[in-house]
Amino acid sequence: MAMRALIEALGARVVQAIERFGFGVSLLFESIYWLIVGPRYKQRVHLWQIAEEFRKIGVNATFIVNGLSVVVGMMLAIQLLYALSDFGAESQVLLAIAKSVTREFSPLITGIIVAGRSGAALAAKIGSQVVNQEVDALKVMGIVPVRFLVLPPLIAMVLALPMLIILADISGIFGGALFSVGKMDMTLAAYMKASLDVLVLSDVMQGLIKSVVFAVIIALVGATMGLQVKGGAEGVGRATTQAVVISITLIVITDMIFSYFLTQ
Amino acid sequence: MNQAANQTTNQTTSAVKPGRREIVVVEKLVTQYGDKVILKGIDLCIEEGEIRVIMGGSGSGKSTLLWHIVGLYEPTAGRVLVMGKDIHRISFLEKLELLWKIGVSFQNGALFSDMTVGENVALPLREFTDLDEKTIQIIVRMKLEVVNLGGYEDYYPSQLSGGMVKRAALARAIVRDPALLLFDEPSAGLDPILAAELDELILQLRKAMGMTMIVVTHDLDSAFTIADKITFLHDGKILMTGTPEEVKNADNPIIQAMIQRKPLNASVDPEKYLQRLTRALSGQ
Repeated sequence: MAMRALIEALGARVVQAIERFGFGVSLLFESIYWLIVGPRYKQRVHLWQIAEEFRKIGVNATFIVNGLSVVVGMMLAIQLLYALSDFGAESQVLLAIAKSVTREFSPLITGIIVAGRSGAALAAKIGSQVVNQEVDALKVMGIVPVRFLVLPPLIAMVLALPMLIILADISGIFGGALFSVGKMDMTLAAYMKASLDVLVLSDVMQGLIKSVVFAVIIALVGATMGLQVKGGAEGVGRATTQAVVISITLIVITDMIFSYFLTQ
Repeated sequence: MNQAANQTTNQTTSAVKPGRREIVVVEKLVTQYGDKVILKGIDLCIEEGEIRVIMGGSGSGKSTLLWHIVGLYEPTAGRVLVMGKDIHRISFLEKLELLWKIGVSFQNGALFSDMTVGENVALPLREFTDLDEKTIQIIVRMKLEVVNLGGYEDYYPSQLSGGMVKRAALARAIVRDPALLLFDEPSAGLDPILAAELDELILQLRKAMGMTMIVVTHDLDSAFTIADKITFLHDGKILMTGTPEEVKNADNPIIQAMIQRKPLNASVDPEKYLQRLTRALSGQ
């Protein structure tokens, strides 16, 4: 009996996950559709809305993203100096930090921070708008909710995340430098210049390609969870938590898949 | 009850007077979610300039009917004609044009919490017109003045009382000077004085702007004050449509129970009640 209930619960979860995935994909196509045909149907996406979302998603996250990237860079330097000193290869720390920060740590850390900040905020905002009938109010005014509520944060997210990641790259390498320069007997400027010299365009591009995919994941998961809210204020809280958990899970899995294919 | 429903249909049809335009015509509207049938073949006709109150108990389908009229819900069967157009079968641009002539005031206002009252009221104008900002501001101030909210343009909805939120929502609903105005439970959550003020405002608006209004409510006082006609819904069917006086004098037991605020079922037999509780406890 208990086994049957367990299987039923598992089945229901799987069906729900597939249904949400389908909803998210349709949301993406709908967003692209309204972006292209919107002006013809009096559904223009306003620049001021994108700018406002960019401020919330990008500008307001600059401090926390850069701060944490410095810390991650320092942590990497501590671990790598310790591990590589066994082989007398401390000089390789600079290369290892530069490559791992740009290819892996910056996109991942930035994606997780933005999912926690803006993905959660988007799910909470849209969720409470569903509960308060604001989405219905948009519909009866003739405003397409996807165009008004989903498209601006989606565009802003796709623009903001790569920019944040470039800043995180610089901060991460800088953090590594702060700890390493003393041990490696280098000046800060020389360390930063040497880091730039070892990097090739594809290192940075890996992070930027990932960032666009992460941006789409965060925006669509937040919007999907928000638009599917049921059960009032408690439902909004649940959707917000789920949006963060699902976004981070998808980001980590996507990161692993991208890392595999981009390093082949 | 079927007799009452048939009687209603006849009354509805006969209520259409020649010469007056039918603003809303609902034909054999059925709505079903899964196994649950919400609306069971509604026929309704609302004329230009009329204030029609749709009454009924909780779960009778009155709000569902309202959301069909504005195209929010898709019918399972039947159709809804608004100003001569089937709102569920027209093109997107035709629907936009039609929605421009419809205003909706939601139960809890549904104002956008991240916008000021002024921005809320201005939203439809900013989205769909090329009016310059100065003209939009003048229109917004004028509409807020109509609902006695002059000077509250820069307030956020969270800074307003329940009654003020409803009036601000009404200002947003009338900003496009709609021909048809829909209200969902306008007096819900308001004290009797505020509810009476809102009724007065609705009547003033009709007088000043000649709008057709559909008001969904279960507030009896409000219904009898503002309605030209009342359509009484029960269990997804229309029990009757008539003037407030006709509804008051209806011999239908459900309508009388609602008017006199009496429970529909006879008093509960304590013995049977106890037996029911015992059965529930033992899981039978």
